[in-house]
Amino acid sequence: MTGFVRTLRAAGVAADHERAQGFLRALEHLDAGVPGDVYWAGRLTLCAGPDDLPRYDRCFHAYFGGARAVAGPAATASVHRYTASVADSAEGERDGEAAPATASRTEVLRHRDVARLTEAERAEVHRMLAMLRAGRARRRSRRYESAHRGVLDRRRTIRDALKKGEVALLRRRRHTTRPRRVVLFVDVSGSMSPYAETLLRFAHALVRSEPRATRVFSVGTRLTALTAGLRHRDPGTALDEVSRTIPDWSGGTRLGEELKEFLSRHSARGAIAVIASDGWERGDPELLRTQMARLARQAHRVLWVNPHKGYEDYQPLTGGMRAALPYLDALVAGHSLAAYEELTERLAHA
Amino acid sequence: MDIESPEKLIELLDRHAYLADDGLATAVFLALRMRRPLFLEGEAGVGKTELAKTLAGLLGAPLIRLQCYEGLDAAQALYDWDFARQLLHLKAAEAAGVTDPRRLEGEIYERRFLLARPLLKALETQPSVLLVDEIDRADDEFEAFLLEVLSDFTISIPELGTIRAETPPVVVVTSNRTREVHDALKRRCLYHWLEHPSFDREVAILLRRQPACTEALARQVAEAAERLRRADLVKPPGIAETLDWTEALLTLGAQELDPDRAAATLGAALKYREDVEHVLGNGLLRRD
Repeated sequence: MTGFVRTLRAAGVAADHERAQGFLRALEHLDAGVPGDVYWAGRLTLCAGPDDLPRYDRCFHAYFGGARAVAGPAATASVHRYTASVADSAEGERDGEAAPATASRTEVLRHRDVARLTEAERAEVHRMLAMLRAGRARRRSRRYESAHRGVLDRRRTIRDALKKGEVALLRRRRHTTRPRRVVLFVDVSGSMSPYAETLLRFAHALVRSEPRATRVFSVGTRLTALTAGLRHRDPGTALDEVSRTIPDWSGGTRLGEELKEFLSRHSARGAIAVIASDGWERGDPELLRTQMARLARQAHRVLWVNPHKGYEDYQPLTGGMRAALPYLDALVAGHSLAAYEELTERLAHA
Repeated sequence: MDIESPEKLIELLDRHAYLADDGLATAVFLALRMRRPLFLEGEAGVGKTELAKTLAGLLGAPLIRLQCYEGLDAAQALYDWDFARQLLHLKAAEAAGVTDPRRLEGEIYERRFLLARPLLKALETQPSVLLVDEIDRADDEFEAFLLEVLSDFTISIPELGTIRAETPPVVVVTSNRTREVHDALKRRCLYHWLEHPSFDREVAILLRRQPACTEALARQVAEAAERLRRADLVKPPGIAETLDWTEALLTLGAQELDPDRAAATLGAALKYREDVEHVLGNGLLRRD
């Protein structure tokens, strides 16, 4: 049985020691000689979500159905494409550090389109992006703190009354606040590739400043969760990590479908949803429209970051942009460091 | 009650009008035997809450339900002190000339001034079935302290001491998966993913729960429900919705599912305006 658990782990099911113990205990109550009993005992104790179930079924059939060898999820080729460019920019970053920036050069850089920078200039922008300490708008939490004004704190009033022998003073309390959640969607399709790295670095800065209240997904042809990878302190390592995770670099964008998947599996309730994309939607704009409507009903605010918005003659003409526009609280630029600073301000006060 | 096998459990659940398959029966069987909470996940309306209710009926134990929502806190889930009665008691003591704070303190923090909320009530009621419904709607901080209660079935109250359940309640935790629940909580539980029932099972459930329903109508409703579930809706109908839909049709005296009556009663099965429009607009109720 432990061999089976090892096979499961190799296939990506997080069946730890405690779960394995649970599996063995469950078998004590069932008939370990009956395949159906073993199947259910394992499934109930070793799996933790619907994603685990197909893997579990594969392993079960491979292990108890004869053939024992089960390969882990096949590493897909082509996903490493981005790693090279991240490594390059890491070089560039060191170059940037070697040449300290003067104030005026920095000021000029702040407003330039990152897609048109040299490697060294971009590295410098990325270094400044890493130093961005983003504030965050706050929302009421369910915890309380004592305060002069607020609702009656019954527990403390009673405590005081006990000490003094009479109800002398009414104690009050109010809710504490906590950072409002941000859900960021980064478009990694082909048309966004000049901005993808900068956006992911911005995402890294957001995750680093509010790790518990930030969720990041890449969108393109598949919705991919990136938050865990972005928790690394070092931006280079974090980017390496997420570059390996993203399966659909430089493909098309099917934002409607991916938002739909997001809305059915996760939630943006009460959050600030931020979509970073140029709106070149390959899928059905009507689907995008309905999903944007759902997102807008759930989220506290919906912001759209479009790199092309930074130019004066920009018109939201792409099909995706037009479908989304009615549901946005704001459409903001995302082409330069200054634009990201402005976005950060918005997240602090949304 | 001694339930010796999952098969026996299927039979008992059937007697209480709940049709379970092998997987679910094994899950419940193990939860009872191993005294572990059962974590039921699945789309809305597949019968998660109903299972807990049926289980309570079957075990002859009261069902204690904690409906989760955003902002749920300890005072609503665990216990709270009865402030009004505590104050009255203090006033009465004052009038009677009792001023010894120690004595007063002992008195107002007695068990009789404690209001038991669902979690505490479940520990104090034996036997009982505790249903923690829609855990995904509570904040993630709440999970942490639910985990604490479910790990050793004790609640410590600073003013009173620790309350321990001699026999832990049967616990069913449900989630619609609108949010990923923390792994530590799931690890304490037996995890079961509940699917929509198969066609035959759905027909059987409709007939079992709606005695007035004919086999023909049940088959037509189940078939329509399958079609709706494939139709890419915001909220596909669960078994709870098909039961409501059947009831609505029976109320109108329908013997079979004709398109007009189906359209008129669709609100029992679909709960989003977009879905109703999509289904009617694409003629998904017509059989071909």
